[in-house]
Amino acid sequence: MKCDVCTNEATVFLTQIINGQMTTVNLCETCSKAKGVTDEMGFGLAEAFLGAGNTTNVPRNDVLTCPSCGFTSAQLKKIGRMGCPDCYDTFQEGLDQLLSSMHKGTRHLGKIPTRAIADSRRNASMEELKHALQSAIDEERYEEAARIKIEMQALQTPAPQAESQGA
Amino acid sequence: MMRFSTLIKNPADWMRGSGPHSEIVMTSRVRLARNLRDYPFPGFSQEQQRVDLLANVRSVVEALPEMKDGFSDEYVNLSKIRKQVLVERHLISREHAARSTGCGVVVDRKQSISIMINEEDHFRIQGIRAGLNLRSAFALVDQVDTELEQELAYAFSSRFGYLTACPTNLGTGMRASVMLHLPALVLTDQISQVVKAVGKIGLAVRGLYGEGTEALGNLFQISNQHTLGEKESEIIAQIEKVIEGVVRSENMARAKLKEDSPTHLRDQIGRAYAILRHAHILSSKEALNLLSLLRLGADLDIVPDCDRGLLDMLLLEIQPAHLQLQAEKELTPDERDIMRAEITRLRLQSIAPPVNVSHSESPPPTGGSFQETNDE
Repeated sequence: MKCDVCTNEATVFLTQIINGQMTTVNLCETCSKAKGVTDEMGFGLAEAFLGAGNTTNVPRNDVLTCPSCGFTSAQLKKIGRMGCPDCYDTFQEGLDQLLSSMHKGTRHLGKIPTRAIADSRRNASMEELKHALQSAIDEERYEEAARIKIEMQALQTPAPQAESQGA
Repeated sequence: MMRFSTLIKNPADWMRGSGPHSEIVMTSRVRLARNLRDYPFPGFSQEQQRVDLLANVRSVVEALPEMKDGFSDEYVNLSKIRKQVLVERHLISREHAARSTGCGVVVDRKQSISIMINEEDHFRIQGIRAGLNLRSAFALVDQVDTELEQELAYAFSSRFGYLTACPTNLGTGMRASVMLHLPALVLTDQISQVVKAVGKIGLAVRGLYGEGTEALGNLFQISNQHTLGEKESEIIAQIEKVIEGVVRSENMARAKLKEDSPTHLRDQIGRAYAILRHAHILSSKEALNLLSLLRLGADLDIVPDCDRGLLDMLLLEIQPAHLQLQAEKELTPDERDIMRAEITRLRLQSIAPPVNVSHSESPPPTGGSFQETNDE
């Protein structure tokens, strides 16, 4: 990902929430220092997640709450962990950025549980795949986009067999 | 199911067996983080929810074919010392041992597989093998995971993979780690370079008991940090490749020590042997570091016919909780140091002293007493 100021590779990702509007800024190391984001070590997981040290506090009535478990974005910011599996939907915004800073990629390529596939994949994943395809195209990750398209085609073919354990 | 005492009486399978590079690689471990769809993660659940989850899944886990005749218990029934013994055996994490109500563990009878319930995630499935054998350790947990998944509704998203309490474990939920004994890299001051190089490619280096622990006894753990965006097999292949490199470096450092400073090396190993055989007070740190040298001596045939399984077992036996379990009471650190020395003296009785080498001009006599060696 490129820095929003110059064209260097961004290494600092800031997310601000003001009045419920989230804005994200990606900066390279030089620009982050120039912009006064000097405390590189201070960006813990929680801060990196929903707002950096120099952003304003999220107003109380704009705190996002997970409908399944009641976990809030403020708690997430504080402890850096999710409340329940549904939190990954609730707090989806900004997640890709966080994940790309801690992992090799932002999409799962590993083992797939056969039962979860049968239960939920056909319902939910077409939407997810469409979303992922769009962001892959937007971010010019074409190899991934091609892979997602193949996955979408596979999903459209009737009665797909559950995938074997790929490891 | 098996009693705690029976479980602990026997050495774990990995202590008896040997695997690839087992002179340097002690163990290979793989753990999978898994969660159920309909429960909040343990860190954000009510105590009652954790108790319910444990009650609902414990019988499912115990019924796994791998867990036949294994050990299973809830933490409310386990004393602090017993839980600590499980930590020292690498069967549960330090974090998990600190918890109680709603937590439990199931261990197979060979102590190769352990499943922690309500750790940071609902399940932490761990497999452990001797030597450099991550594939085999993964095969163990992969099989268990597949079986569990038939019975339980996992939290999984096709986009993010296995959903975990902490986003750092998302995706495969897999942490593969290898425990290495690297005395020569430490003695030749090359270890910090190695640690730096390994860190640069996205792997973590830690001490004996994981996060934030000191590298006692020249033991180091190397594990992956990334869990998302790669296949399990790719992560494992990368770590194995890195470990092969570290093993080569350690072997080169050992050869260099033997070549460049053989007397110094023999001196260090001889002193380690002497102290371990005769000390009456041994701190944990001192014992681990000396045993590391003794093991190096065994690997380099300076200590002949040394039983490495005995050393591995001793390494566990002298850990604080193991000592207290054997004493059947809590011991102060001073009492532990005395008991540690006692057990060490006893166990090492059967190990012959290091080979004596004379550096006098004339060749050493073959038959006579070594005291005559210095006579001109």
